[in-house]
Amino acid sequence: MMSLPAILPVLRCLLLAAAVLLPAQAAALAPEEARHLLARTGFSATPAEIAVLAGLSRPAAVERILAAAAAQAAAGAVTAPPGWTADGPPPRAAGLSEIERLALRDRLREEGRELKAWWLREMLATAAPLTEVMTLFWHGHFTSSLAKVKAPNLLFRQNALLRRHALGNFATLLRAIARDPAMLLYLDNARSRRLAPNENFARELLELFTLGGGRYAEADLKEAARAFTGWSVDAASGAFRFRAAWHDGGDKEILGRRGAFGGEEVIDLLLARPETAETIVAKLWRQFVSDEPDDAEVQRLAALFRDGGYEIRPLLAALLAGDAFWAAENRGRLVKSPVDLIVGTLRLFALPPFDQPGGDARDLAWLSRRLGQDLFDPPDVKGWPGGTAWITGASLLDRQALITRITGGARQADFFDRWAAALPEPWQDASAATLLLLPLQPVDAAVLDRRTSGALLRSLLADPVYQVK
Amino acid sequence: MIAITRRTLLTAAAASPLAGLRVPFAGAAEPPRVLVLVELNGGNDGLNTVIPYADPAYARARPRLAVPRDQVLPLDERLGLHPALAPLLPAWQAGELGIALGVGYPRPNRSHFRSIEIWNSASGAEEALQQGWLHRVLTEAGTPANFTAQGIVLGGPEGPLAGSALSPVVLGDPRQLHEAAGLPGAGAAGAANPALAHILATRARLQGTAREIERRLRAGPELTTVFPKGELGRQLRQAALLIAAGVEASVFKLQHSGYDTHARQAARHAALLAELAEGLAAFRLALREAGAWRRTLVATYAEFGRRVAENASGGSDHGSAAPHFLLGGRLRGGLLGEQPPLDDLEAGDLRHRLDFRRLYASLAGDWLGLPPAPASLGRHKPLALLA
Repeated sequence: MMSLPAILPVLRCLLLAAAVLLPAQAAALAPEEARHLLARTGFSATPAEIAVLAGLSRPAAVERILAAAAAQAAAGAVTAPPGWTADGPPPRAAGLSEIERLALRDRLREEGRELKAWWLREMLATAAPLTEVMTLFWHGHFTSSLAKVKAPNLLFRQNALLRRHALGNFATLLRAIARDPAMLLYLDNARSRRLAPNENFARELLELFTLGGGRYAEADLKEAARAFTGWSVDAASGAFRFRAAWHDGGDKEILGRRGAFGGEEVIDLLLARPETAETIVAKLWRQFVSDEPDDAEVQRLAALFRDGGYEIRPLLAALLAGDAFWAAENRGRLVKSPVDLIVGTLRLFALPPFDQPGGDARDLAWLSRRLGQDLFDPPDVKGWPGGTAWITGASLLDRQALITRITGGARQADFFDRWAAALPEPWQDASAATLLLLPLQPVDAAVLDRRTSGALLRSLLADPVYQVK
Repeated sequence: MIAITRRTLLTAAAASPLAGLRVPFAGAAEPPRVLVLVELNGGNDGLNTVIPYADPAYARARPRLAVPRDQVLPLDERLGLHPALAPLLPAWQAGELGIALGVGYPRPNRSHFRSIEIWNSASGAEEALQQGWLHRVLTEAGTPANFTAQGIVLGGPEGPLAGSALSPVVLGDPRQLHEAAGLPGAGAAGAANPALAHILATRARLQGTAREIERRLRAGPELTTVFPKGELGRQLRQAALLIAAGVEASVFKLQHSGYDTHARQAARHAALLAELAEGLAAFRLALREAGAWRRTLVATYAEFGRRVAENASGGSDHGSAAPHFLLGGRLRGGLLGEQPPLDDLEAGDLRHRLDFRRLYASLAGDWLGLPPAPASLGRHKPLALLA
């Protein structure tokens, strides 16, 4: 006879199998459903990508996307990074002359621009966009910024770390990020020592990375800060370094437990609390489903996540196969991020990021920044607020200007005419093409013709509904 | 093929810079009073801003960070300004600079996000409210007949303006105005989807406000004052242009970022304060020239001050109470309240002496003419701010 804990995974498999047999789950995806899944897990949905998924069941389509993303995350980025990312030590201004210091500042600024452009090129090039969506999700969760860290090579290494674990194990990722040099510099832990603990990292670890605000006492974080004293960065190599002489080995009382805790034990304590899984699940809900997480569902998925040892991929599978993800009222209910809008539009129409002398993906990085999402430079440690906060009067105008730039003028008209003419037959129907570009019926654009045309596509891109996914 | 570059995007966005400004309000009634809120984002180090230079405990607590006594600009025999604030001295001498001392709240929260939420919404330390304090006061009081229920956000999030009562419009870039005025006006009617409804409502509001602002700016004066370079100077200049033109908005919200000085603070903080002081001095000159200074009041705020003791990284960690600046043509200048003593600390932090909601009640009641001592601000009696 199996014990109850041992039988739980079996039960879960049976339940999953039962779920697969439910009609909505087993039915083949309609094109607009495939489009929905692709637009949420990638940046956009091309006719070719839709064709691959249409005909699969929901779980099969989700599984296909997750498998590709996990494989890509394990393999690493497909785009060659700038050469300087291989450099070991972080740049140091100490001991430099004024002229050398200015030269270093210019070099770092240039490298920062190259880094941002590189990531955008990766997002455009990858065959598994969910890998980048999840890497960006973790970048917005475990934030660090070039502006503070001033070491593009350390930010590049952090980006590689986030990608490696993007669909892996959250506990492993959390332990790795607590030793990540860019993070230790960003939240000042690299300087934290026994006689003067710096609370910045410990505070955000509790408030933003795991438990959430109001779910711990001020005393807990002060004690946690003591536990992380000595977690530092080696200036010569740029690697993590535990400075034993800086570490406070005394007893601490954290979340009702007492012991001579080090940082590892604090992370264990945080992973043992149900709030940590709830924080992550609610955030993923906002990323993939809607701005209003369903509390009961979040609790259910959080329990699954924690009991399953914090594996991210099965959590995503459950979230994306859930009824809420597919519900009609949640279609088009998320505002596209600047990266969604820029990368998604370029991927959809296979537009190059640049096509004239002097232009390159750096202009896309600049654009994204102007729209409110400066990669590698989030606004603060809380990351990008996202959701409806993406849309202000100013950003709405910039989004409109971007669309005008893509669709306006004679050359563009010609491009969209040819693109429309090359669409496979089912999309030649105007109402089908509307569902290819928009998650809902348009607000401004009137679909008067029966056949798809370049003019129709351009008016759909300019419609406010193109700003949601 | 289509090229999307920075240059071409700007061309599309910036069809019409604001130009050709003329004299406003010939014979019209005086436009309404304006409140300009400047958020010192990150938590300003109050003790190195308004410095208790005569107290030996100050230099003791900050062996590396203390501003040397001979560099402090004395305001009286106990308190003085950081030397980088010298551009504010003319306003101080003219009695147009007020400094509210020890502003904070009970049981202070030291999280950036939580504490700025408290300041934005004027909630108690234990309640979480989504709407800004101005929205709450206006909702409680009902918008008075002569009050312009329009807010303009030039930097950072809506913060104190968040909510529907002030119809806040976020305008990051003046060149976008013309584009905004030309938008389709289709409203949010019938949109059950909150994301789409938000986009449509933002668009409709933007278009209406932009048309009105354009009309006003065409009749507004030119500004000759030079503002400091940088993001704050840009926001202050834009606010001055809009106020001088009599744009119908009663509250402007600006943001000056970078005050979260955990490490190597001294030079960074001095640069921040210099930018703030130069910007505010230019703002005062510009509006005096435009004849709009007597209907303008500036107030700074921030999530918290910093710890009394410096940290081991040459910086300062999150603290509690801090001083804040008030600046205006009709203000009764001088020190407001009293400096929290350095020998009576609460867990290493200053104890607040003036509840920020009392300061808000004064801005709302004494300045904007809203009802005094509203319940949403805790029934605090307003201070007499005006000369």
